[in-house]
Amino acid sequence: MIRDITLGQFFPGQSPVHRMDPRMKVLLTIVYIILLFSVGNWLGFLVVILFLAVSIGISKIPFKLMIKGVKPIIPLIVFTSILNMFFVAGDPIFKIGFFKITIEGVVLAAKMAFRIVALIVGTSLLTYTTSPIALTDAIESLLKPLKKVKFPVHEMAMMMSIALRFIPTLIEETDKIMSAQKARGADLESGSLMQRAKALVPILIPLFISAFRRAEELALAMECRCYQGGEGRTRMRQLKYGRLDLYAAIFSLLCLVGVILINLFAPVIP
Amino acid sequence: MAIIKTEHLSHVYSPGTPFEKTAIGDVNLEIEQGDFVGVIGHTGSGKSTLIQHLNGLLEPTSGKVWVDGKDIWENKKQIRQVRFLVGMVFQYPEYQLFEETVFRDIAFGPTNMGLSEEEIKQSVLEAMEFVGLDPSYADKSPFDLSGGQKRRVAIAGVIAMRPKVLILDEPTAGLDPKGRDMILNQIKSYHEKTGSTILLVSHSMEDIAKFAKKVLVINQSKVFAYDTVEKVFSRREELIEMGLNIPQISNVFHTLAQKGYPVSERVYTVQAAKEELLRVLRERGAAHD
Ligand SMILES: Nc1ncnc2c1ncn2[C@@H]1O[C@H](COP(=O)(O)OP(=O)(O)O)[C@@H](O)[C@H]1O
Ligand SMILES: [Mg+2]
Repeated sequence: MIRDITLGQFFPGQSPVHRMDPRMKVLLTIVYIILLFSVGNWLGFLVVILFLAVSIGISKIPFKLMIKGVKPIIPLIVFTSILNMFFVAGDPIFKIGFFKITIEGVVLAAKMAFRIVALIVGTSLLTYTTSPIALTDAIESLLKPLKKVKFPVHEMAMMMSIALRFIPTLIEETDKIMSAQKARGADLESGSLMQRAKALVPILIPLFISAFRRAEELALAMECRCYQGGEGRTRMRQLKYGRLDLYAAIFSLLCLVGVILINLFAPVIP
Repeated sequence: MAIIKTEHLSHVYSPGTPFEKTAIGDVNLEIEQGDFVGVIGHTGSGKSTLIQHLNGLLEPTSGKVWVDGKDIWENKKQIRQVRFLVGMVFQYPEYQLFEETVFRDIAFGPTNMGLSEEEIKQSVLEAMEFVGLDPSYADKSPFDLSGGQKRRVAIAGVIAMRPKVLILDEPTAGLDPKGRDMILNQIKSYHEKTGSTILLVSHSMEDIAKFAKKVLVINQSKVFAYDTVEKVFSRREELIEMGLNIPQISNVFHTLAQKGYPVSERVYTVQAAKEELLRVLRERGAAHD
């Protein structure tokens, strides 16, 4: 069923990672990505694993959930790994006719696969521990400097949070409309591509109409409460950096420095 | 013969996740051809889930559903045929309208059935008559109509398939009293004229008492009772305990009887109340003479 798709996979909780300032989480996620891509050898990857193990451990997010996020991209990992294994030049360890697998290729493939998995796990930790609303708040706050160049930061963040808010609602609505049209004998599962596209009309039209109706109602409700955009607007929930954020920042920077030192002083390990 | 039969019917939403929810559990039902059944139950008790099994919109997690003597999931490819046999009007059905004209929207179901032009035209006009829509509406855009009219177009869209069983999920929600009465009376006359089986989900005990012959009570994903209106509403205490009610007028007569007036408690409609009061007054008058 369409409802089973999970979007904005927030996993509510009270762990220190959940309680961190969302801005710090976004910034540290960027630090983490830099760290991940500056890693040059296996010792560096140990640092990445340490970083992930500590953060996931503290966040109390079930490890199973983390793995679930990786599943959809397994085909991508397999595909890039195979490409790397076959097309990187170096010492062949296996050869059939034109195709050969090289040691360098295998090493590179393994590193690439590890990077992709670590990237997904690390960034999903951000979305698992931060509610979509907190996330848009953080983005708005971090992008504030762009206001200087007349970029509508607040409006963009508001659009993002409204969109996120209405995704589940629209999915539910789609589900209902699909059921109603199926009850009138709509056939969504068979036929040629053209017929299937045509069969979507009875679903898309009511869906658009209801989306517009909701948008209008929401706009009206916002105007009734005198919403007028970001100018002079104060916040109920002020974002404040705390002690937790300091610890997290120190830990992340130590990991980054560790990786840089390893790169400088232990370049011989593959 | 029972037109609809279920055996150990259960449905679990999102099985194997933290959101797992048994919406209906072990439902055994037999609904006779031609009955007018009122379905009542608390919000979230599983009414909508149950009725969506009866026309194959939801597949049972376990258990079986028979319609017209056939196990509907025996041949999955034929499931659309079941939907023509068992028509379903969802809650707020006006949100499913999509065509340019009222006629074409109502014709959506019959067209999917593969009827001929002539048959389609006939069944659409017939359905419009059943719901009290003047034929002059046929060429209007459904989006230009009022809320109540839109709803009647949507109901006509299901009736036009001439289903043997018509299921309506809270068809009067959000309508004004006049619109509600109109729709319910039209459903009643459709029932009488065609002899089709009706399942009406409603939160109004008055409407159920007035229109239905039998009442199906769902409580916490189980069938609590399936019996005649009189038998079900005589279980006043139990119904009230599960957050339902009995018709207001029955409560009045219950109180009257408690206070020692010689009235029957078995009064479920205003019409019956009037007759009962006249009876009591006449008896008193006779005693005074
Ligand atoms: N698509 C769905 N996914 C998950 N849970 C659902 C879904 N539809 C209904 N439920 C749950 O199943 C239970 C029964 O719902 P429903 O059949 O709609 O009850 P009713 O129509 O009596 O109000 C409720 O607890 C509801 O939250
Ligand atoms: Mg319901």
